[in-house]
Order: sequence, then structure tokens, then C-alpha cells
Amino acid sequence: MLKTQTESLREAYGEELKVLGAKYKELVVLDADLSSSTKTAIFGKAYPDRFFNMGIAEQSMVATAAGLALSGKKVFASTFAVFLMRTYEQMRQSVCYNNVDVNFVVTHSGITVGEDGATHQIVEDVGVMSGLPNMKVTVPVDSIETRSVIDFLAEKGRGPNFVRLTREKFPVLNDKDYEFKQGKSRTFKDGSDVTIIGMGIMVSLALEAAEQLKSKGIDARVINMSSIKPIDRDAIIKAARETGHIVTVEEHSIYNGLGSRVAEVASEEYPVPVWRLGMRDTFGKSAKGWELFDYFHMGVDDIVKLTEACFREEQRYENFS
Amino acid sequence: MEQYKEADLKNIATGIRRKIIEMVYSAKSGHPGGSLSIADILAVLYFKEMNIDPLDPINPDRDRLILSKGHASPGLYAALSIRGFFPESLLTGFRKLNSKLEGHVHRGVPGVEASTGSLGQGLGIGVGMALAGKLDSKDYHVFVIVGDGEIEEGSIWEALMAGAKYKLNNLIVILDKNGVQLDGYTKDIMPLGNIKAMVSSFGWNTIEINGHRFDEIISAVEEAKKSTDRPTFIIANTIKGKGVSYMENNPKYHGAPPASQEEYEQALREIGGEE
Repeated sequence: MLKTQTESLREAYGEELKVLGAKYKELVVLDADLSSSTKTAIFGKAYPDRFFNMGIAEQSMVATAAGLALSGKKVFASTFAVFLMRTYEQMRQSVCYNNVDVNFVVTHSGITVGEDGATHQIVEDVGVMSGLPNMKVTVPVDSIETRSVIDFLAEKGRGPNFVRLTREKFPVLNDKDYEFKQGKSRTFKDGSDVTIIGMGIMVSLALEAAEQLKSKGIDARVINMSSIKPIDRDAIIKAARETGHIVTVEEHSIYNGLGSRVAEVASEEYPVPVWRLGMRDTFGKSAKGWELFDYFHMGVDDIVKLTEACFREEQRYENFS
Repeated sequence: MEQYKEADLKNIATGIRRKIIEMVYSAKSGHPGGSLSIADILAVLYFKEMNIDPLDPINPDRDRLILSKGHASPGLYAALSIRGFFPESLLTGFRKLNSKLEGHVHRGVPGVEASTGSLGQGLGIGVGMALAGKLDSKDYHVFVIVGDGEIEEGSIWEALMAGAKYKLNNLIVILDKNGVQLDGYTKDIMPLGNIKAMVSSFGWNTIEINGHRFDEIISAVEEAKKSTDRPTFIIANTIKGKGVSYMENNPKYHGAPPASQEEYEQALREIGGEE
């Protein structure tokens, strides 16, 4: 399906942590018995004294992370995205209310988890996290952006942060010298007819869709909105002004996710049609991750159809009603 | 550090209790019962056992205290103000607009180490602070006060496992075992079993004391400080609402102030001390 080179985001995370461990003596890492999957084990092997495996006890991990951060440590805490959600209240009270520097870097988000099925395919996490005061939310698009985000958080990150990674390897879209800026998006393809704003793997699919749209005479702009909170309001407003139509694509529920946030900005600042593509109030299911995009009407063809309809201001067809 | 004799501690605890009543009566809300039950413990910790300096409240070598049962904020705020972390006059702002004295313990208040209020989280925070102390080769101790209703939260037991795993001998938990929670008596709401045996089996030192006897609180904390390889869990048997007859062992006063001017004056009269 995807022709470009792919790399693991979680491998990039683990390796970057190890690099940063040498630079920042106050950097500590916690995990909840998933370190070989989240790749924090790479750091743990290099710096066993600063790595804490808290066991299958996420509440303990998050409260302990808060205590370490209150004592001046730079904290990274990891587990699968779905399991961190059980600690919502620890995150709210102990981390966000205390407003301490804890970076939650989660892996295995979204439907690309694949065969493990609905229980493990969380598609609500970005919404849940975005609602927390002080929390900032980032969804890196590839391994290069992942490294840059982790570098940024270790050097300049303040307060609580949530970073959403995945099980699958994703296409490498950025150049080696790319630098992440919190609150800024990156336009991968310019265009004047319609803007597709994507998050995570959906940016790669949107770029393929944009190629197909070109053959239909539609010039689509494609933006990677990796910083969900704070979101790049200027890029959204500019897209609304210049292209008049916005489509959002996300490997997440369309409720409280990227689409909701983009629609909020557009409706407040420059109202244009904002059509959202993503999971529609449903759980995932077991299958190969890539098979699920078509199953849930989130594949390249679906993006093409929806974008064309949005551009032509047609009635939304059945699957997207 | 100043040394306080038992008679001084008694006066201080009385002062804490008076202020608890004044604060919740002024706010017309708050949690007097579980604040009164820990007044003697707070007096010992803040005026005898803890290495703290109100003039240097963020000294990296200081001892830390997390009030995990954050609803007992009147007790903590009273102790901190009497100890000199902030003027006692600010206590009248408790639970009111334009005051930092939030209804539940708030880190914006000088001397407060962590915001708390949702039960079951403070012990995990204490584990993190104790781990940091080890990493930084500091000698400080971390004290965590938990309630007996609070230990119904599973997260407490998660943190107990972690404390034992990392041999946090710099971590001292004090359980305010007053037997009462919001809906009634702990023995009816959720029987806790043999807490001493349970916590011991998790790998902790356990010490059981009368939480209103200064000599017992002091000796238990002194013993805990000598631990070389384990965290310590002090089970302090206390009386909810201690010092005010109509509040003692009465679940009604878990979260309600004196109901009338008469109740208010009776409470202060029974607590004694000076205005």
C-alpha cells in the first residue's frame, strides 16, 4: 500500500531517550511492564538506575512520575495508549493540577495496532488528553518527527505532555534536519482548492489521495497537524481563507479529535465546510492494521471521495452521512 | 532546629484544632473530622520530627510531607501557618475567592509539597519523591499521611508494592485510622481486615500506636527513621473529630462544619486553649 521507506516511531523514541540520557542526568523513565514494546527498555538497559519498571500498575506509575517531577526530575512515562487512560484521574490531579514536567509517551494507539483488536485499539485518547488543563498533545507523523519531539520535550518541554506513537512502522515524510515546533504544523503539499489536514499515519494516506485528486483536476493542500494542543490556528485560518474547504483525516474518533479541534477554529475564525474522516463512534476490530482502513472507510479512496465531494460542495455520500 | 517539649506540642495541637474549627465555620463547609484526628500527628511532624525551615521552604534537603487525604486541608493549613510558612491571618480565606487556600490541599500554599484531594494518589507521589531522594543521594525523609477510608483505593496497594520493591527506607507513611468515612464506619462500608498483617506482607515495617499520644508518635517516627532497607507504615489509631464531643466518631462531621453558633462555641470551648 505504502511505497515509501518506513521506520518505527517507538524504536526512534527508545533510541532517542538513550541519547538524551547521557545529556540530562535528571532524566528518568518509567514503564508499566511494556518496556520491550514501548522501547523504553533501550533506555533502561543503558541507565538501569534511572529506569523504573512499576509493574502492571499504571496508577502507581503516574503518581510516582508526579512525585519524581515535583523533585526536579525530567520524567518520561510510557505504556500502551489504552492503558494510560485508566489513570485519567492521576494525570488530572497529580500531574496536570500540580503542573509538573511529566511526558507521557504512549505507543500502540489507533487501529494500526491490528490483530490485538478493539480492546487495544484506542481511538479516543487525543480527545481525553486534550481536555486536561495544562496538558499538551502531540502526534508525530514519522520517526524523524518523533525524535525531534522527544528532543524538544527534554530540552524545553514544560508541564505535562502527551505524545501518541504507534505499533506499526510509518512512512518517513520529514527530512533529517526537520525540527518540531510546538503549536506549528507543516505543509507537505501546497494547494489552492481544498485543504486536507491530517494527523499521524493519515497524512501519508492524504498525500497519496492528493496525487489522485490532481488527476481529477483538484489541487489539494496537505498539512501535518502534529501539534494538536496547542493547535496551529494560523494554518487552519489560512487554509480556510485560501482554499475554502477543509477535510480532516485522523486515525482516531472524529469526536474530540483532530477534526473537532479544526472545526472549532474554523467556525470561530473563518467558517468554511469542515468535513471529518476518522472513526465514527465505534470500536476497532481484529485484522491486519492496513486492512482496517478500508473496513472503516478511512483508506486513500475514501479520502479522495470525501475530499472531492467537499470541494464540489456535494451532498455527503452514505458512508459519511 | 527548635526543640519542642510535649507540653508545647499539646499547645500547638490545641491551636491547630481551634483553627480547624474556625476555618470550617467561617467557610460554612470543609472537613473537620479527619482534620481533628491528625492534629497531634501534624504537631509532632511539623514541630519536632521534620527537618524544615519556613524561611527556606524549597530547600532541596528538606523533609517532605504529602497529605494524601487532601480533604484534611484545614489541619495542614493550620499547622503550616502556626509553623510560620504564612501568616495565620490568611486562614480566614479558606475555601473563598481570591485565596490560595483551596478546599483541598493546594500546592500554591507555602509549605505544601503537592496538591491532593482525590484519594489514593499521595502515596504514589511520595514514592516518587523518595526515589528522587535516593537518586540524588539526599538524606531527607518523605512523610505521607493517608486515611483508613482512603486505603480502600487500589492505587494505595500499587504504591505499597513499589515502596517495598525500591527499599524506600526514606519513606514513612502514617495511617490515620479513625474508623470513619463519609458514608459511615469503615467496618460497615468496606472492612479493611488486619491492616498491619496486610501491609507487613507487602514488605513494609509496621508500627501500631495511639495517634493522640505524643510519646508514641515520636518514638514510632524515630524508629521509622532508623530503617535501613524498608519503608515504614505507622498505624495511628485515632478518633475522628478528636477534641469536640459531638464530632467524635460521628460520620456526620466528616464533611460538615459546626451547624450553629452554639455548636461552634461549644467546639472551641471543648478544645480549650487561647483565642
